[in-house]
Amino acid sequence: MQAITFLAPSPALLLQAAPQRLLHLSSVDLAIVVLYFIAVLSIGFYLKKYTLTGEDFFLAGREMTAWVAGLSFLAANLGSLELMGWAGASYQYGILAAHWYWVGAIPAMVFLGIVMIPFYYISKTHSVPGYLKLRYGEPARALSAVSFGFMTVLMSGINMYSMALVLKVVLGWNITTSIWVSSLTVALYVTLGGLLSAIFNEVLQFVLIWLGALLISIIGLIEAGGWNGMVARIHHNFPAQDFTHMWRTMGSFTDNPMGVHWVGIVFGLGVFISMGYWTTDFLVVQRVIAAKDLRSAKLAPLIGAAFKMCVPFIVILPGLLGLALLDTPGHHFLMPEAQAVATGGHSYNEVLPIMLARYCGPGLMGLGITALIAGFMSGMAGNVSAFATVWTYDIYRAVFRKEATDSHYVAVGRWCTILGVLVSIGTAYLVMHFKSIMDYVQALFSFFIAPLFGTVLLGMLWKRATPKGGFWGLLIGTASSISMYAWVTIDHSALRYIALSPDAKDMAENMFRALWSGLICIAVTVIVSLFTEPKPESELVGLVYGCTEIPSEGHLPLWQRPIFWAGVILAVFVTLQIIFW
Amino acid sequence: MHRPGMLSIWFFIGILLLAYGMLILGAGLYELANPPEHPVVLANLHAGIWWGALLVILGLIYSLKFKPGRGN
Repeated sequence: MQAITFLAPSPALLLQAAPQRLLHLSSVDLAIVVLYFIAVLSIGFYLKKYTLTGEDFFLAGREMTAWVAGLSFLAANLGSLELMGWAGASYQYGILAAHWYWVGAIPAMVFLGIVMIPFYYISKTHSVPGYLKLRYGEPARALSAVSFGFMTVLMSGINMYSMALVLKVVLGWNITTSIWVSSLTVALYVTLGGLLSAIFNEVLQFVLIWLGALLISIIGLIEAGGWNGMVARIHHNFPAQDFTHMWRTMGSFTDNPMGVHWVGIVFGLGVFISMGYWTTDFLVVQRVIAAKDLRSAKLAPLIGAAFKMCVPFIVILPGLLGLALLDTPGHHFLMPEAQAVATGGHSYNEVLPIMLARYCGPGLMGLGITALIAGFMSGMAGNVSAFATVWTYDIYRAVFRKEATDSHYVAVGRWCTILGVLVSIGTAYLVMHFKSIMDYVQALFSFFIAPLFGTVLLGMLWKRATPKGGFWGLLIGTASSISMYAWVTIDHSALRYIALSPDAKDMAENMFRALWSGLICIAVTVIVSLFTEPKPESELVGLVYGCTEIPSEGHLPLWQRPIFWAGVILAVFVTLQIIFW
Repeated sequence: MHRPGMLSIWFFIGILLLAYGMLILGAGLYELANPPEHPVVLANLHAGIWWGALLVILGLIYSLKFKPGRGN
């Protein structure tokens, strides 16, 4: 969910296609769902007494172990739309969808853990905009904070509406009831326990997502006759198309169903979009800087990366199993959204609940549905806790009330949480009536990702980057991304310039737009910096490479050093690319 | 995470998995005794029974290992 949503096929609109509910819950299933709501609320009430200071509420007391921070870091991203959207994408495009889990995440997570986390952690910043304030000054912070806060809460509303649609289609639940029950539950437990409560629940949700979704892949592989049996069935069904290789069809835009090229995947997705999201989106970074010490903070993204590499097993594999088991030679059982709307059939994005219904009887069905609801709530809690922190520290305290007691800011944070949820609910209803807003807001969110990465990266690694350079690089990088989007929207033939091919599709456009806007941001930052006054080095201590003493880990045994595990993860990552080449 | 008296998140997870495991195992055993009219695909694997049992075992391990007072 969250920022990655803009990469996924938009599932919400299409899910309206289904003519009737897909699944029916038994009393055992309902008991499992109700128990889940009781558990998350109980955790919120229990943790309230441990959430006394601003550090507790906004940064979970900076006491998280590497495992808790790492699983929470991943869970905040692992929303239900992420699960359903990418399962649908893998049914539509095959294993190519796994690029968004591997090249689109693993290098960035390792880079965050090894290169960037020391600066976030040692600077003691409470947020990414807070780091920009320390490094570049107030204008860069203000630009980043306002855009992040605004977009986060809008995205939260859009995801909320999409999830309500999913529950309506899958279970026949009323949209308004789904929106209010789920969002008020999240509001309650985050308001009570702040980030501490959000993180605790995210770890719980992470476990439930895996246990609820894993069974589909296991039984599906048994039915298909293992991996080889599944591949053989897919080739039998679609002999003219390659759904099971990741790189060999990437040489041309026209050779693969996604219409993407390896340059866009590697540099657009792997460098700017992925790095931008995983290293500068405060939604995920907040979980890591809540770690109890620097070593834990460095290990947390690596633990997240290890599990992220496994996520295709519960997301991509069900889509591939759908291609093998639901389809017949030359014929897809599931169809594009527009066709599903017209014919009353099922769309690609319903592949996960359809596979759930195929294998899961009473009890297991409830666990699977709980996994979807848990995914939604972990994503939403991530949004609102990050929103509350940025608005309280980077907007309210910076603009409205610079000097106040810690308890005052905690109270503001609690009100911001409630406000964020209410605005999200409002956005959900707005989207319900004006569905094109969804596309625009998702695009808007994407505008800030790639340029922000350029700004933060130069800030951390280049002493010469100046406050004016950082601000203008971020502003012009963002403006260039918006301009490219507008250009292609007005004149579709402009795609040949933005994505380097008239055959490129939407995803390719996203990737190339990110690539260009990131490069423009870096170029502007460098040029402006060379003509403006840099900060003295004494003000860059703890913020920039070369001015910051990073504690050595040389005294630790090899297996306890983050750099060792980073190497292991990258080796597994490369091996996976070769296996599925 | 290690404040005096605070329950571990793993304890919460253990308790919930234990409850889920018992419910799913019970539903699986009931289906074994009373086969449904329209069974799911590969119902002969009785996934509810072994998946429920797995959750019970995981739940027991986590709730005992991280139970209050063990200093975890």
